[in-house]
Amino acid sequence: MKLVSFHLMPYRPLDLEEAAKHRSAWVVLPNRLYDPVKGAEEYARHIDALVYAEALGFDAIGVNEHHQTAYGLMPAPNLIASALIQRTSRVQIAILGRALPLVNNPIYIAEEFAMLDNLSKGRIIAGFVRGIGSEYHSSGTNPYFSHERFHEAHDLIVRAWTEPGPFAFHGDHFSLQYVNLWPRPYQSPHPPIWIPSQGSSETVAWASHPDRKYPFLVTFSSADLVARYHNTYRERAREYGYEVASEQLGWACPIYVAETDAQARAEAGHAVETLFNDFLRQSFEMLMPPGYTSMGSMKNFISSRRGLGGGGKMTVEGLVESGTALIGSPKTVLAGIERMRERTGFGILVALLQFGVLSDELTRRNMDLFASEVMPHLRD
Amino acid sequence: MPAQTTELRVRDVRIKLHRAGNGPTVLFLHGAGGVPQWLPFFDALAEHYDLLVPEHPGFGGSDDPPWIRSMPDLAMFYLDLVEEAGLDRIHLIGNSLGGWLAAEILIRDRARFRSLVQLAPAGLRVKGVPCGDNFIWGPEEALRNLYHDQSFADRILAVKPSDEQMDVMLKNRFTVAKFGWQPRWFNPDLEKWLHRIKLPALIVWGDDDKIMPREYADLWQQRLPDARLVRVKECGHLPHVEHAEFVARQIGDFLEGAAR
Repeated sequence: MKLVSFHLMPYRPLDLEEAAKHRSAWVVLPNRLYDPVKGAEEYARHIDALVYAEALGFDAIGVNEHHQTAYGLMPAPNLIASALIQRTSRVQIAILGRALPLVNNPIYIAEEFAMLDNLSKGRIIAGFVRGIGSEYHSSGTNPYFSHERFHEAHDLIVRAWTEPGPFAFHGDHFSLQYVNLWPRPYQSPHPPIWIPSQGSSETVAWASHPDRKYPFLVTFSSADLVARYHNTYRERAREYGYEVASEQLGWACPIYVAETDAQARAEAGHAVETLFNDFLRQSFEMLMPPGYTSMGSMKNFISSRRGLGGGGKMTVEGLVESGTALIGSPKTVLAGIERMRERTGFGILVALLQFGVLSDELTRRNMDLFASEVMPHLRD
Repeated sequence: MPAQTTELRVRDVRIKLHRAGNGPTVLFLHGAGGVPQWLPFFDALAEHYDLLVPEHPGFGGSDDPPWIRSMPDLAMFYLDLVEEAGLDRIHLIGNSLGGWLAAEILIRDRARFRSLVQLAPAGLRVKGVPCGDNFIWGPEEALRNLYHDQSFADRILAVKPSDEQMDVMLKNRFTVAKFGWQPRWFNPDLEKWLHRIKLPALIVWGDDDKIMPREYADLWQQRLPDARLVRVKECGHLPHVEHAEFVARQIGDFLEGAAR
């Protein structure tokens, strides 16, 4: 199994009580609640944690992109990736991912990834996402055209990476007379492309297509939903006429390991609750702007769940019960992973080992225990 | 007066059209909420006019052709529609998104039109004065922010919408995002062409409009070549709903003048 140590880089000094008075921790949370002195320290500590993952034997370390939120301090994840390249030598660096529809010229994303791939001598994994609903509010990008822009930007980036330039690109949203990438990517034909997703059926169908077969990472969902999305991908692949490989199925999950289940819940309970209840708190209107998904998907979403942070308060018990987070003894956490492996055959575990307000000390201990007690059992 | 509902076919698009009354032609262009019901305001107009209330492409019971992608597309479509339907000497009324549409139509071709009534239209921007963000508001909040008099909102909230109505609301919301999300509620190229609308115009604006602030009314009046502005006290974004009789009377007086 491929193991990724993933980080959101939350702003932990957030005044949660004050933040709760606002509509959300996204888009409209006043930025006076950000203290640059504390924030600078956060960057340093979070980067340290990711670098440490290399020493512990993870295959990859991961970052991602979010805008105008205390949930994650990486509006430009490639800047962090660049820093990580300088401080590591072996691990792959996964940017999970860049939000393609939000930019007006996707060539810049192709260029940045190509630069990182050269800087790291081929250690980059390129994640492509559409950005979450709130980012259509904060960027002004029209959600109605989100899928169109995503697909077109993807095509442009992959062609820029692989076809001899210069060539002209003629899309509906992006139209360029000259596409001629300097530098070209280090890896051939290009960095691996991964698709983190909340499981929309359009994305599953697209990612699993034989032309792409992109690894599909299900993020922050109950174990049942993760299994359902993995198996939907598997079924799709069969309809396309091939059998899915374990490296195509990924699961991104908050994980906390301590000596006993009780200790793990005591140490990580509050932190994981802040991730879901405070940092992810968004209204339905923010999470699901019109057109962000198809009408059918949106209706399914409305009826199946009110969305992350959209329903009632989550508790550590509920999160563990539903398998949304793996929190417990090494045995318990390992059993949760193995159970999912039996259900879906997934082969990429994206472990969120720091989440919410979890301290540096507990994060470090969590990483150590995961590496010594869980990781060895996951090596195939 | 009961409206007749018919289907109008323009190119490959089927449009649901509500129509009532006799007299000079009045074409009403609805706003972001579509036409969920026949309004007392429509009845008042239908006493003296041949009133047409179409549901725009992408709204309610009308088709949603993928090739209509912007407000200028929608305006060109409506020029096809009025030709196809043989409408002429039209008095055009628009509310909110429909008012924006009315202006987009008239800057392109006003030959078949006699006058314009703007009820809190979208379409322009007053720099430094943002519109209310009805995309981030929750459903109840968005509904309440439409009205000054909250009893209008209370009456709507008291009735749980059917699945069919929910589907229509979702469809309308998708289309509204397509046209109005970015730039938010305006077309940067519209304002500089408003001098083309050489028609008598009446602008009606609620004093308590939480979506299109009152400053927008002044800009419309400055840019339209022949416009009178009526501000309505104790009134939100839908003057023709909250003050139906008053607004219908204002329009009636205006149209008598304009038709002369």
